[in-house]
Amino acid sequence: MLTEFGKILIFFILGAVFVAGGLITSWILRPNRPYPEKNRPYECGEEPVGNAWVRFNVRFYVIALIFLIFDVEVVVLFPWALVYRQLGLFAFVEMAVFLLILIVGFAYVWVKGDLDWDKPKPVVPQVNRPMQTIQEPVVKNEPVAT
Amino acid sequence: MIPFWIILLKIVVVLGVLMTAAALVTFLERRISAFIQNRIGPNRVGPQGLFQIMADLVKLVMKEDIVPTAANKTVHDIAPMISISIALCTFAVIPFGNTIELFGYQVKLIIADVNIGILFILAMTSMGVYGVSLAGWSSNNKYSLLGGLRSSAQLISYELAMGLSIIGVLMVAESLRLDQIVMHQTRYLVGWLPAWNLFVQPLGFVIFFVAAFAETNRLPFDLPEAEPELVGGYHTEYSGMKFGLFMFAEYANMITSSALITTLFLGGWHIPFSENWGVSPLVMSLLQVLAFCVKVSIVVFFFIMVRWTIPRFRYDQLMNLGWKVLLPLSIANVLGTGLAILLISS
Amino acid sequence: MTLESVIFSVLAASAVGSALLVVTRRNPVMSALYLIVNFFCLAGLYLTLHAQFIAIIQILVYAGAIMVLFVFVIMLLNLGDERKLSDGVSWKKIVAAGFCAALLMEFVYILIYSEPSPAVMSASMATEIGTVEYIGSQLFTKFLFPFEITSLILTAAIVGAIVLAKRKLD
Repeated sequence: MLTEFGKILIFFILGAVFVAGGLITSWILRPNRPYPEKNRPYECGEEPVGNAWVRFNVRFYVIALIFLIFDVEVVVLFPWALVYRQLGLFAFVEMAVFLLILIVGFAYVWVKGDLDWDKPKPVVPQVNRPMQTIQEPVVKNEPVAT
Repeated sequence: MIPFWIILLKIVVVLGVLMTAAALVTFLERRISAFIQNRIGPNRVGPQGLFQIMADLVKLVMKEDIVPTAANKTVHDIAPMISISIALCTFAVIPFGNTIELFGYQVKLIIADVNIGILFILAMTSMGVYGVSLAGWSSNNKYSLLGGLRSSAQLISYELAMGLSIIGVLMVAESLRLDQIVMHQTRYLVGWLPAWNLFVQPLGFVIFFVAAFAETNRLPFDLPEAEPELVGGYHTEYSGMKFGLFMFAEYANMITSSALITTLFLGGWHIPFSENWGVSPLVMSLLQVLAFCVKVSIVVFFFIMVRWTIPRFRYDQLMNLGWKVLLPLSIANVLGTGLAILLISS
Repeated sequence: MTLESVIFSVLAASAVGSALLVVTRRNPVMSALYLIVNFFCLAGLYLTLHAQFIAIIQILVYAGAIMVLFVFVIMLLNLGDERKLSDGVSWKKIVAAGFCAALLMEFVYILIYSEPSPAVMSASMATEIGTVEYIGSQLFTKFLFPFEITSLILTAAIVGAIVLAKRKLD
């Protein structure tokens, strides 16, 4: 007997056949004429400097860590949502406590500034010469004599 | 017991329709964007330029596959395949109609009616990170790496809000089955308003919608491929058919997201007030499938409209929106829904 | 052989195969990829046991969150260049091999000498026990205290992660 997951597998395999068909056709038909300049990393025509595999900001790593913890929380919420009606107020209180403790952790991250990303700090051009104060002509709205 | 060939027929038809639709949407996007920007768009090949899709396909197939010398070849090949398989797989659990009488069998119009449907979709979505991050890393290109990284951080950030916004829907429907969730929306509130989750869970709907834009890397959140600063982002070094797969995955994802929004919040295949039309069951089933397609098309159209209307977010704004606005809001939505259910049932 | 045992054999064989590839690949990114494949095989094995929730968790949390962290670390530390990783036989490797051998002996001992526990569940109960609803009804009544403790552990994990990451940064 075919289970429901078996159907997903068949769906996946048929999809893979379609995709593989495209890739194989392309592999047969396409030209292959590489030369060093063509296979250089694309940097808008400039000579690439150094390796692209550089260390990057640790902030991405912190975000992934926080995500992992909240992902576990979301996963726990799924069975809770299903039995919520049966358990009623009891379920509400226990989840409120659970979430409250996690929100404390979240607040800690927020306050510590680990959710903040570098904002662009535009430098406003300054002029050394003191600005001349321009006397604005005062326009008085005098009632027009008619 | 439904024979195997009907299941196979169902799978082939759905795959065919999904792939055609994805190809069609690439074309529609170009025409609609041209219309919005007061241009003409592709209109030369075939009637209204419709055969442009075929021309593009031939072009993609015939293009040379260029891989940078310093790239990691294996991972570079695998990455687009991960993206496309996830985009296709997700559609397997979405119900596109009720049951239909076919060759004497009652056939459910869903490919795999698993009892953890929504969790399956979330699990598949969470795999989407690898397609972009590995593509970005394996190219050994600075733009690609930055695009891939940004994109991974964005995907995981919005995945949380997405998962949490679904919880409210589940609390209302009390099932993880997508067809049960649709069934639950076929009732009426106060006698005349369809009990679509759009009306029951308005906040959840907004959060899910925004998160869906971020998860499909569509424009207000298309930081991974922000053209002016990152060339093409994670797929800068992709060409030919492998680039085509990424492109195809993006549009298939868009259709799947629209189908998911329709199923979870817009009543799925349900046509309001159609119960007393008195049409035969077969016609009704076909009308429901049509209704599903129309709803999905409207959401897809909205996706396209937004892309060509709203400017791109800055990266810090994007992360702020995800973590400091959507996440607290979605937690509040869960607790608020809980309170509301308690109040109503008591 | 029934269909179920065929599925089990295929999944188990690919789980072992991918696990072997994880430790033999030189490139850390490839290792991480094979580990994801391994998680999928395990999820499939859970599905054959009707444990759907655990299967999904295996993919959602392990393959979808923990492995993302792994991949990030690999990219962060720039381990992509595999040549840096090759070193000769060090005392660490010898100690690790010793521990592995001890663990293997333990497993062999258990497999040979322990009595197989009699099946305490009927087939219908086995199908029911893995569903999300059943887990929910048990977790939020019988195992409430461990559940609430989990939130404390998670909060401690958040704080710890931030403190450690900050220290590295400064």
